[in-house]
Amino acid sequence: MAAVTKSRRPTLAVWKFASCDGCQLQLLNCEDELIPLSGAVEIAYFPEATRAVVEGPYDVSLVEGSITTPEDLERIQQVREMSGRLITIGACATTGGIQALRNFADVAEFRSVVYAHPEYVSTLERSTGIAEHVRVDFELRGCPIDKNQLLEVLAAELQGRRPRVATHSVCVECKARGNVCVTIAHGTPCLGPVTQAGCGALCPTFARGCYGCFGPQDSPNTASMAQVLSRHGMDEPQIVRLYRTFHAAAEAFREESERHEAPAGTPRRTS
Amino acid sequence: MVANPVVDPAAGVAPGDDRTVDLTGLQTLIDVLAGRGYAVLGPVVKDGSIDYGPVRKVSDLPVGWGDEQAPGSYRLRRRDDDMIFGYANGAQSVKPVFFPASEVIWRGLRDAEGAVVPRREQHDEGPYAVVGVRSCDLHALGIHDTVLLGRRFADASYAVRRADAFVVAVSCSDPAGTCFCVSMGTGPRPTAGRGAPFDLAMTELLDATGHRFLLEAASERGVEVLREVGGRIADERDRSDAASVTESAVGRMGRWLDTEGLKDLLYASADSPMWDEVADRCLSCQNCTMVCPTCFCTDVEDVSDLAGDSMQRERVWDSCFDSQHSYLHGGSVRRTTKARYRQWMTHKLGSWIDQFGTSGCVGCGRCIAWCPAGIDITEQAAVLREES
Repeated sequence: MAAVTKSRRPTLAVWKFASCDGCQLQLLNCEDELIPLSGAVEIAYFPEATRAVVEGPYDVSLVEGSITTPEDLERIQQVREMSGRLITIGACATTGGIQALRNFADVAEFRSVVYAHPEYVSTLERSTGIAEHVRVDFELRGCPIDKNQLLEVLAAELQGRRPRVATHSVCVECKARGNVCVTIAHGTPCLGPVTQAGCGALCPTFARGCYGCFGPQDSPNTASMAQVLSRHGMDEPQIVRLYRTFHAAAEAFREESERHEAPAGTPRRTS
Repeated sequence: MVANPVVDPAAGVAPGDDRTVDLTGLQTLIDVLAGRGYAVLGPVVKDGSIDYGPVRKVSDLPVGWGDEQAPGSYRLRRRDDDMIFGYANGAQSVKPVFFPASEVIWRGLRDAEGAVVPRREQHDEGPYAVVGVRSCDLHALGIHDTVLLGRRFADASYAVRRADAFVVAVSCSDPAGTCFCVSMGTGPRPTAGRGAPFDLAMTELLDATGHRFLLEAASERGVEVLREVGGRIADERDRSDAASVTESAVGRMGRWLDTEGLKDLLYASADSPMWDEVADRCLSCQNCTMVCPTCFCTDVEDVSDLAGDSMQRERVWDSCFDSQHSYLHGGSVRRTTKARYRQWMTHKLGSWIDQFGTSGCVGCGRCIAWCPAGIDITEQAAVLREES
């Protein structure tokens, strides 16, 4: 943020691509911190919150959502051009989100089944993260993102320092909270060992296994994880489904899911 | 440096000070400790395991609970008796009590002129009395005392918590399948002068003659507390029964780590294919280091609010399995899981001896039980020995 002078607040823009708006809502959920935030930055473009628009360029852009249409491809280039720093927020913007499930199937087939007039729908074969198309300065993970991590990333931007966002496993957060491991003590399958921290170990804190909302940690051994899941009762389709939820297209999760997929021609489980 | 020095018999603690109490006497012990101003912590059942938590009544303790442990598995089980300390160990040692996972070590606020004014940190918790510390964990505490207090700069917060703490150690009666303290020389019976200092050693005795607890004093404070607790003077029968408990526990160790020449074996095995094999299974999730009672690595992180007016420095647990742990200018030194596992095991069982004079392993078995992949450090060491 070297370009930002003390005389004016840096401008913040919030952009949406293919997404559910949940990550933008985390910004609105900041509640107590919203007033200090609006004192620290000028919220210049944020249609989810206000119709008032300040013309770009913008010092910092938050980008939610994945690229799924031909016009997204153009728009993300424009967003990049008018942004000093570009920070993506959420699973969709990181790896294509849940809608990246289309990457494993035939989009034309979906389209013909779902829409009465599929010829009106213009869409891409794959849902992809923002960094596949433009330079991204920081990727904030999560489905949705964690509001405290968002505030930390914004504070780091304002102060010109590295954000304190860990890339290790969810297990570290479980242990820091004093949680008892749901896999070891209860036999519950949990994706935490291969998933990046950031949620504060939300699901395991409520005695549930991790679903991998934050995507792969920086050293994910997905193959060994699959064996552990299998030992705790997950069958192959369940393992495929767990790896293909929020970060289906993350390379480590995609590759592992493909290793557990039934060979072509095998009848699909319908349950 | 030493928090609560063990007093040997020559220095005023005599076997005649030892007491034997019943369940009512155990309650009295808790009450006496609370009455002396301690926050009394002890084992409590929590979420399918045993943790340290506040204890006010004997019924808060894990009455009638045991545990079954195996690589990658921990299950509480109902015992067919009312033993209170009849489990092997819980998900964590006392480490989080004295050395919390996250701790603010400095805090500052910006004043009206823009200067940063430090705020003094207050330690308002404790002092703690911890009841039920196993011999393995006591040895781990001794290692932490060496590492955190015995070097050039003592850890100030740790020093405060340890100096004031009262420790009631307990003899292990029912070791788990993952336990190997006997091979490490760290248990199963707390022994004065070895491991960390403690104030009382307790052995739970449950037989036809009833449910009783032999309480042996190991410090002047321990003697004072026992005088207040009362109970009858311990006799030879109590002592021989306690010895039998230990003897039986020794015979039921689930595992064994052959420590003979282990340091040199590890140093000679840097290029062993074992490291590749174990890295195929290792999840690099850090669970082993987070549950290890001796792992002491930390990171220091600075945080501030949006305006930059309030800031603090936090010390948090770190792990040699973290990619950032070995980050130097330009990147991480240990980029692979293989390199990280090798670092962990070689330090724990080998170079720790050069660094601190003892092994870094106390044989509690937590890294085996709480590893989702069920990796067994004793087995990995045996593989190296077979290869050599």
